[in-house]
Amino acid sequence: MDNHFELGLGELRQKLLLMASRAETAVNDSVQALMQRNFDLAAKVREDDDIIDQFEIDIDDLAIQLLTRAPLASNLRLVTVAMKVSQNLERIGDEATKIARRARDLAQEPPVKISLDLPRLAGMALAMVKDAMDAFVQRDSAAARALVPRDKDVDVLNREIHAALARHMMEQPDTIARCLHWIVAAKSLERIADHAKSIAEEVVYLCEAQDIRHHLKKAGAAPAE
Amino acid sequence: MTALIQPMPNATVETKPDPAPVAAVTVRGLSIFFGNHAVLKNVTIDIGARAVTAIIGPSGCGKSTFLRSINRMHELNPDARMEGEIRLFGDDIYSRDVEPVVVRRRVGMVFQKSNPFPTMSIAENVTVGLRLNGERNKKTLAARTEESLRMAALWDEVKDRLHAPAISLSGGQQQRLCIARALAVQPEVLLMDEPASALDPLATQKIEDLIIELKKDYTIVIVTHNMQQAARSSDFTAFFYLGELVEFGPTTRIFTNPAQKRTEDYVTGRFG
Repeated sequence: MDNHFELGLGELRQKLLLMASRAETAVNDSVQALMQRNFDLAAKVREDDDIIDQFEIDIDDLAIQLLTRAPLASNLRLVTVAMKVSQNLERIGDEATKIARRARDLAQEPPVKISLDLPRLAGMALAMVKDAMDAFVQRDSAAARALVPRDKDVDVLNREIHAALARHMMEQPDTIARCLHWIVAAKSLERIADHAKSIAEEVVYLCEAQDIRHHLKKAGAAPAE
Repeated sequence: MTALIQPMPNATVETKPDPAPVAAVTVRGLSIFFGNHAVLKNVTIDIGARAVTAIIGPSGCGKSTFLRSINRMHELNPDARMEGEIRLFGDDIYSRDVEPVVVRRRVGMVFQKSNPFPTMSIAENVTVGLRLNGERNKKTLAARTEESLRMAALWDEVKDRLHAPAISLSGGQQQRLCIARALAVQPEVLLMDEPASALDPLATQKIEDLIIELKKDYTIVIVTHNMQQAARSSDFTAFFYLGELVEFGPTTRIFTNPAQKRTEDYVTGRFG
C-alpha cells in the first residue's frame, strides 16, 4: 500500500488508543461513583458514553475506507481487528454506564452495611483492559495470551461477591433492592473483563493469525483455509 | 513424434504442509536461463489439478517465464536453456521424444492482450486449432464451437452472429473468445498471463467468474499483478521474487498470514 494507506492505519491505531483511554476512564469513574456514592460523577459517566459511541462509528468508517483499498496480510488483520476491538471498547463503555446508573440509584438510598471486594474486582477488570490495549500497541502476542486465563479469576471473585450479597439479602430482606444494584454492578465488571479477554484474543489473531476464540485451539480444531 | 501417454488422474504429490491433493504439473529443480542470466532458479512446486494457482511477484521475478515453461513457450527465445524437470500428470514434457506442439495442445495459453485472428469470424477463431489439427467435420466443428463458447460464458452474447468478424467484439468479449479458442482443443491445463489486466472492472469480473467456473474441469495457472484478483480467483498462490519461489500455499493463508517476510512485504505493498 502507499503512504496514504500507512497514514490511515496510523490514524486507526491512534483513534483506538484514544477510545480505549476513554473507556478505561469511564470504568474507573463509574466504580468511583459507586464506592463514593457520587451522584454527579455517575451522571458524567453516562453523558460521556456518547463520546465512546462516536469513536466506534468513526473507527468503523475509517476501517471501511481502508478496506476499500483491499489491504492484505498484517494490514488486513489490523483493520479487521480494529473493528472488533472498537466494538469491545464500546461495550466496555456501556457496562461503565450500567455501573454509573446503579451508582446513581444507590447514592439516593441508605448505604448497605456489607464488606465487598468490589474495588479488587474493578482493579482486576481495569488491569485486564489496560494490559489488553498495551499488548495491542506493542503487538505482544505472549502478553495477550497470558491475559486470557485471568478472566477466570474475575469470574471466581464475581461469584464470591454474588454469594455474599445473596446471603446478605436473605439475612436482611429490606436490602434486596440495593443488593441487586450491587450484583448488577459486579456483573458489569465481570463483563468488562470478558471484553478485555476478547480484545486479547484479537491481539493474538493480529500477531499470529491464530484464532484462539471459543477454545478452538484447545479443541484442536484447525482454522479453515 | 511420440504422443504423450494419457494423464494419470490419481497421481499424488509429496506430503507437504499445504499441497493440493492431486498434482497436475510437477516441477522439480527448474532453472531457466536466457543466455547467462538465470531467470528462474531451482524452482520446485506441485500445481494442483482442477484448482486455480496464482503466480504473483514483482516485474522481472520470472513469473511469466515460469508460466511459459509449462507449455515450452519460453523456447521461442533462441537463447533459452532449462535445467530440471516439469511433468504434466506424470509425463516429462521436456523429454527428447516430446514435441513442443504436443505439449501446447495439452497446455493452452491465454495472453494479457486478447489476440483473436482479425481476418477470421468468431466461429473460425474458436475452431482454428481443431482445423489445424485436421478436423474437417462440420458437425463436430459446430458442436465444439458452441461447447467452447458456452464454457467461456460467451455463447449467449454471440450465438446470433457467429460469422461476424472477431474484432467486432468488445475487449472483454475478445478475451473470452481467446479462452474459448484455447478450450476448443480440450487442453488439460490452461495458462493465463494477466488475462484481465487490460479490461474494465465488469469484464474483469466476468473473466474471474469464468476462471472459477472452469476449474471444475481444468487446471488453471494464472499470472497476475493484481493481488485482489489472485485473492478472489485462486485456490493456491505462489510468490516469486528474483527468480526464486519464495512461498507457495493456500491463497487464504498467503494473503492473511504469509510465512515469509518477503511475501508479507510484497502483498502489503512495502516493496515491488
